[in-house]
Amino acid sequence: MTGFVALFRKELVRFWKVAFQTVLAPVVTALLYLLVFSHVLEGNVRVYEGVGYTQFLVPGLVMMSVLQNAFANSSSSLIQSKVTGNLVFVLLAPLSYLEFFGAYVAGAMVRGIVVGAGVLAVTLPFVGLQFAHPLWILAFALAGSAILGALGVVAGIWADKFDQLAAFQNFVIVPLTFLSGVFYSIHSLPAFWQRASHFNPFFYMIDGFRYGFYGRSDTDPVTSFGVVALAFAVLATLSLLLLRTGYKLRQ
Amino acid sequence: MTAAISVSGVTKRFGAVQALAGVDLEVRQGEFFALLGPNGAGKTTLISILAGLTRADSGTARVLGHDVVTGYRSARRFLGVVPQELVFDPFFSVRETLAFQSGYFGISGNDAWIDELLTNLDLQAKADANMRSLSGGMKRRVLVAQALVHRPPVIILDEPTAGVDVELRQGLWRFMRRLNAEGHTIVLTTHYLEEAESLCSRVAMLKAGRIVALDSTERLLARFNELYLEVRLAGGALPETLAGRALTDGAAITRVRLSGHEEVEWILAELRRAGCRIESMALREPDLEEVFVQIMSGAAPEGRA
Ligand SMILES: Nc1ncnc2c1ncn2[C@@H]1O[C@H](COP(=O)(O)OP(=O)(O)OP(=O)(O)O)[C@@H](O)[C@H]1O
Ligand SMILES: [Mg+2]
Repeated sequence: MTGFVALFRKELVRFWKVAFQTVLAPVVTALLYLLVFSHVLEGNVRVYEGVGYTQFLVPGLVMMSVLQNAFANSSSSLIQSKVTGNLVFVLLAPLSYLEFFGAYVAGAMVRGIVVGAGVLAVTLPFVGLQFAHPLWILAFALAGSAILGALGVVAGIWADKFDQLAAFQNFVIVPLTFLSGVFYSIHSLPAFWQRASHFNPFFYMIDGFRYGFYGRSDTDPVTSFGVVALAFAVLATLSLLLLRTGYKLRQ
Repeated sequence: MTAAISVSGVTKRFGAVQALAGVDLEVRQGEFFALLGPNGAGKTTLISILAGLTRADSGTARVLGHDVVTGYRSARRFLGVVPQELVFDPFFSVRETLAFQSGYFGISGNDAWIDELLTNLDLQAKADANMRSLSGGMKRRVLVAQALVHRPPVIILDEPTAGVDVELRQGLWRFMRRLNAEGHTIVLTTHYLEEAESLCSRVAMLKAGRIVALDSTERLLARFNELYLEVRLAGGALPETLAGRALTDGAAITRVRLSGHEEVEWILAELRRAGCRIESMALREPDLEEVFVQIMSGAAPEGRA
């Protein structure tokens, strides 16, 4: 347990020491999205009755920040330690696979949620948000950040170079978040894309998270949470399997 | 008593390279042991297998009786490794690095021991400096400290003195001798053979993934129990009586074999009688470097391998 706590704390200190780029920068990015999209689309797009476009957009952007930063934290920490070689210090220690996995995922969750909370805090004075079901908000934030943290662990183990990780981020993470209904309701999509969206786990994370704010969603939040929990179980199993076999880390 | 380190039938291949070709080795508790071999012999690979950083293709490795794969948690708790590569985490200071490393081993509140390590490795002045700002030798000292945070009974140092200044080298060995006297088992690799000779009671030599010599330092040296007198002659030629003993005739320095120190006087007398003028001379005892060179060239008497 002490081993887990130490590695978890190391993960926190690592991103906090460079909070300017790991927390502040992504908050600013999210706010720029908000500014641009709400300026262009407010009044033109109506998703749910009684919910303005900007109000609709904020939870999506918050969740997008949570997800992207959770992924960035575990994946970049692992790839940096691999490339510089200092992962050896963790590998020499008697940490169990579960402690290793847990610490990286927990660190990623904190970073994701801190950034998400930052975006929320800055928008709160300007956008009238509702908090219909705060527990759902919390549940989806935790589950979403855990999934992306675990995905970051997998990607960090797999990648040998920074550009492979960047490719993973640009070709997998970003498209999946953008096409998940951050900026729109999937009900406004053609039938094919609506159906396709239902295969995107990110859609359920965003949709469920938004349900927590307005009590309305494209899919029942219980269903969404089930999908999200399943996605986490799959990724956690995969990560633990990789760690157990020593894939790429202990050749 | 359980062996500190026990390796049996370990093989490891990297693509076309057979890094280890069946290694059996036992290091007893309390030994100060040298693992020697030329570049690429497989020393680091063997150490990585013991540390669990690399998996052997076949064979088993144990640390104090704990298998490094199936009993990895105990094996790693008992082992401290100083890696050969100079690695560090640029996010942290020296003290943070050591505190986190203690934590990974399940130790909290390790400040007293960390301070002792810093003192012994002459790092107190840099305790709060960022790792990035340290010189190469200082970074290596931190690596040594990191390997010792959990007071491991078995310590492996993979070329700990590469790039380290004389003063620290001596300080480091003094510290290792103390730890050894306190009961820690110490295994080291080094390319400075005089270090191994003066520190280690037993030596294994690896060549191309095989152990080609494994014996006490004393017995290895005794295998080449030859004494030489090296003379540089300013004038005159080597007399007939000595020609049969000369190892390098015609070169600037002539090496004459002796069977004991008592022969020195006679040889000098012979040289004087032949009218040789001696510019300089030195008596050479066999050293580990010589033994190493002979064994690696395959010229040595067969070792117990
Ligand atoms: N990760 C790896 N991938 C491919 N080949 C490797 C790898 N690690 C080691 N080797 C090869 O295995 C052989 C043994 O290497 P090793 O590092 O164990 O040698 P060493 O005895 O420690 O040498 P040195 O004195 O230079 O440190 C070398 O031929 C090396 O090129
Ligand atoms: Mg080596």
